[in-house]
Amino acid sequence: MGLLSKKDANLILDPLADNNPITIQVLGICSALAITAELQASLVMAIAVIFVLGVGNVVISLMRNIIPSKIRIIVQLIVVATLVIIVDQVLKAFAYELSKTLAVFVGLIITNCIIMGRFEAFALANGPWKSFLDGIGNALGYGVILILVGFFRELLGSGTLFGIPVLGDPIAKTGLYATGYENNGFMIIPPAALIVVGIIIWVQRTKNPALVEEN
Amino acid sequence: MHDLKMKYKGKKMAPAINAFHTFLYTPDETTHSGSHVRGADDLKRTMNTVIMALVPVLLFSVFNAGYQHYSAINGFPENFSLLEHFITWDNAWIGIIKILPLLAVSYGVGLLVEFIFAVIKGHEVEEGYLVTGILVPLIVPIDTPLWMLAVAVVFGVVIGKEVFGGTGMNILNPALTIRAFLFFAYPTWMSGDKVWVHEARERSEAILAGASNIDAISGETVLGYLAQNNGAAMEAKYSVMDMFYGFIPGSVGETPTLLILLGGLFLIFSKIASWRIMLSAVLGSLVMGLIFNGVVDQGWITETSKFHGLMSFEYWQHLIVGGLAFGIVYMATDPVTGAQTNRGKWIYGFFIGFLSVMIRVFNPAYPEGVFLAILLMNVFAPTIDHYVIRGNVKRRMKRLQNAVIHPKDSDGKAAELQAETV
Repeated sequence: MGLLSKKDANLILDPLADNNPITIQVLGICSALAITAELQASLVMAIAVIFVLGVGNVVISLMRNIIPSKIRIIVQLIVVATLVIIVDQVLKAFAYELSKTLAVFVGLIITNCIIMGRFEAFALANGPWKSFLDGIGNALGYGVILILVGFFRELLGSGTLFGIPVLGDPIAKTGLYATGYENNGFMIIPPAALIVVGIIIWVQRTKNPALVEEN
Repeated sequence: MHDLKMKYKGKKMAPAINAFHTFLYTPDETTHSGSHVRGADDLKRTMNTVIMALVPVLLFSVFNAGYQHYSAINGFPENFSLLEHFITWDNAWIGIIKILPLLAVSYGVGLLVEFIFAVIKGHEVEEGYLVTGILVPLIVPIDTPLWMLAVAVVFGVVIGKEVFGGTGMNILNPALTIRAFLFFAYPTWMSGDKVWVHEARERSEAILAGASNIDAISGETVLGYLAQNNGAAMEAKYSVMDMFYGFIPGSVGETPTLLILLGGLFLIFSKIASWRIMLSAVLGSLVMGLIFNGVVDQGWITETSKFHGLMSFEYWQHLIVGGLAFGIVYMATDPVTGAQTNRGKWIYGFFIGFLSVMIRVFNPAYPEGVFLAILLMNVFAPTIDHYVIRGNVKRRMKRLQNAVIHPKDSDGKAAELQAETV
């Protein structure tokens, strides 16, 4: 990591694993449940959040000395809303089908707790470069889980990845389906995401017992 | 066995060896100091009692599997005689080749998961799976593919039980978790009119593929007919006594209400299961059934409403079709996931019956809801207990306030009250 000092590198690497916004802080769960039935939607959502959080953190950090503390939440909301509208419009212009799949959840990035949480906890107290790294790091941590969940849910639920059949054709019964295998309908419905996230949390804490909270 | 146990003592595989040992012999380890009550009714004996209550149901279902299969092909016999048409080798053979594998997979996979977890965690294997293992094959459709069952069992035991800390700590009944997983994961195998009778699905697929030398067979359940507002066809096919004795299609072992009733009485008299839960669940379902009947009698819904068939179904007959009786006797009474307080049991049971019939009528995809109702109430059981206990504490505090307490006893009484209510 010649480019970044060790401290800066940790800003990005920490949220990827030991301080992951979803599995450790348990933030941003609702979007993780709603849009992870398909890998493509997960990926786009991850990219959208990386953009919003990276840019938003820089903007808030630049303004941190002039925002009156009493109205800071409103200012933060305006910043997120602006960025989200940009994402939404870009999606509608260049990936209309996908924006229909994501539907209201792009708009709901505004209420994603991770974003407000990083603004409040980090950007308001740190310089733009560090805030940028922190934003990218946390959004990446969010995105990694999203893609992981999306991978398992799409593979087991629909037998496809990015919409491409990988296990054979379920109707013509080719590939794995010839042996009697069937798609798992449970994986398509949102509660399955909760269970997949739960299993990820379980595996992560088993590997690193230091993360387990004391009772 | 003893030698093995000694040999593996303190080793990694010790829990697995010990499990076999205690299954075969009474453990010889006893506490050495103080006085203890030596009870024979440990967890394993409790479980075995429930299994004994399930054996008649299992035997019936072996014969019923064949009976439904041949009746669907040849038509139901005109003059039914038990020995001639029901208890026959042909029927038993179908049952054996279909149900034994289900049972073997259920036990094999379930116990394997339990053993793995016991070895990882380094404690004794828990007996919890003994009952679950026999319940599972009884509550699934007969043609459930074995790999699906295996996947569901792994899911049910790991997510339904082990993540909460194993037997005694689970919130949800593992057998019902398995059933619910199958229902949501593979709905085409779990509902409709082609899954309840052996070969019905295979045949319909073969016919679709162009086979002409076989007849289609279908085994719509009683509730299935009603959900399609086809009560007349149902009544022509099954009499009330058929439903009571269990000569109807359905999940493997849910049909024989009579045998379930006997099993339930056996469980009540051996004090294994709570009569409060059973009785209140029966009451709950009757109340809901009466409400629906009342709605129909008042003419609030029309003949063409899609709920008419199920709503106009005689209220008490809900108890003898579908999985209601089976669920009430063997699943709702699970001491781990049910309510613990006596008043809580009444509330818990009542809502199981009430919601079962309600979901049964209003579920658009599948006219049955017993497993959903029991799982829902499993989740609420601790809350119910909490409020029952709170209420009890409040009542006693009030009593304490109003009581004339002689100064001498007051300390003792307060301590006693606390001990009772906490």
